[in-house]
Amino acid sequence: MAQPLILLDSVCFAYGRHKALHDVSGSFTAGSLTAIAGPNGAGKSTLLKAIAGVIKPQRGFVRLDPSIKGRIGYLTQTSAMKRHYPVNVGQVAAAGLWPELGSFGRMGPTHKAKVAAALREVGLEGFEDRQIGALSGGQFQRLLFARLLVQDPQVLLLDEPFAAVDAETTARLMQLLLRWHGQGRTIICVLHDLMLIHKYFPESFVLAGKCMGRGHTHTLFEQKLLSFDLDMAELLSPTESQTHGGPHDAV
Amino acid sequence: MTPYDFLVAPFADYVFMKRALAAALMIVLASAPMGVFMSLRRMTLVGDALAHALLPGVAAAVLIAGLSLWAMTLGGLVAALVVAGMAVFLTRTTQIEEDAAFSILYLFALAIGVTLVSVKGSGMNLLHLLFGDILAIDEASLALVAGVTCATLVGLAVLYRRLVVEGFDADYLAVVAAGHPLTGLTHPAFFMLLMLNLVASFQTMGTLMALGLMILPALAARFWASNIDRIVPLSVVLAALCSYVGLLLSYHAGVPAGPAIVLVASSLALLSALVGRVGSFRNYLQK
Repeated sequence: MAQPLILLDSVCFAYGRHKALHDVSGSFTAGSLTAIAGPNGAGKSTLLKAIAGVIKPQRGFVRLDPSIKGRIGYLTQTSAMKRHYPVNVGQVAAAGLWPELGSFGRMGPTHKAKVAAALREVGLEGFEDRQIGALSGGQFQRLLFARLLVQDPQVLLLDEPFAAVDAETTARLMQLLLRWHGQGRTIICVLHDLMLIHKYFPESFVLAGKCMGRGHTHTLFEQKLLSFDLDMAELLSPTESQTHGGPHDAV
Repeated sequence: MTPYDFLVAPFADYVFMKRALAAALMIVLASAPMGVFMSLRRMTLVGDALAHALLPGVAAAVLIAGLSLWAMTLGGLVAALVVAGMAVFLTRTTQIEEDAAFSILYLFALAIGVTLVSVKGSGMNLLHLLFGDILAIDEASLALVAGVTCATLVGLAVLYRRLVVEGFDADYLAVVAAGHPLTGLTHPAFFMLLMLNLVASFQTMGTLMALGLMILPALAARFWASNIDRIVPLSVVLAALCSYVGLLLSYHAGVPAGPAIVLVASSLALLSALVGRVGSFRNYLQK
């Protein structure tokens, strides 16, 4: 079996007394395209933050292959961002140059071309000087994808990238994700849209405080761990999630 | 009265006015940009609390060492550090939020400071500590202000890009700049610069006014420019203008200088909020 690129071993994390992640284990192989699914409050965002290294697990560990150190792109939920921050589109996209330029590097012509190409790619050509406060939800999300394009990471960790986004933007950004997947990048994406998961994501990771199941998306659908008629909140029922250790049969 | 008499003569004729203007102009060069980042990081109230927290340290220093500039500066810094440290401790280990922790601590500190001053009041004027006296600033205080301004400008130059990126998306910076020694230090370094500036402007404006030149012009600037690259220089220009007009007002109307400057700056901030170009009340009506 291929060496996993990202390995989770009994990861635990709590906010104060609220346990968000409980003994989550699993792995992600290089080049995989995985959806993290689960009900609200299942710890999906927390798991992504732990993989990104934004938070440290209180117990257990996240092990990253040395080849991806410094090559991680992380996109937090846009609802957590300040939409009226006084910067323009060009500046946000150029923040993707951080790994190259750091605090002091100066943007050269090649950098500027890279930023312009990324904005063109997501359909924001000519928006460079527009303040981000003037963008729609969909345009704002495209801008953040442009920043990822500029950054050019090997591993992409995306938290609900299609929430509060119009259908056209979703389609466009999904195509971009599939192209990144085709280029051999590893993608882990928190998603609540089961249609998208079913259609585009070969692998899934079902989370409800702990790992309820992981593997091929279609197998998980067959096992009813993922289901279009399933109320995801059922996965979270407290007696179930605390007494049973094994995979949960939700029928 | 010629325009020269009204606008220039007070500063040409009197050394104390010259010094006051020099001190104010130096302070704004560093503290107005600090104010911009404080407002973007939602730290204006924390800054206010820290400014009050200086008082017991300064009062204790005066009791121990007399009216020595360096003792007062050190005392103020130590008190602010203690309050900040206790606030972090309370926020992390108890259920209260940061703003509430600062409220408890700065009221506590202020009460200790005022008590110290009134019990051992000789040689120490409470009004002076609270409102400062920019017209009585001496060479040593000017040197302190100059030093802090230089240090702050260097510090902001080093941190600038980090502060801009982090203020927008802190998690992003944490991931792309992971492993860099400055990455975990941006906030503490900014905090240290803030305390340095509060202590320096305390010498001229007093504890209650220390924040005035820091926050008010920065907030006013945000109503006139929409991009951070313009807001920062504009905040410096507006702060300098407020200092100059405030000192003129103080001279001609015979009112204390510290409150006069803050009066001008707060009027400007309110006026900007009403009729400014970006995100003002006027824009709200036009929607």
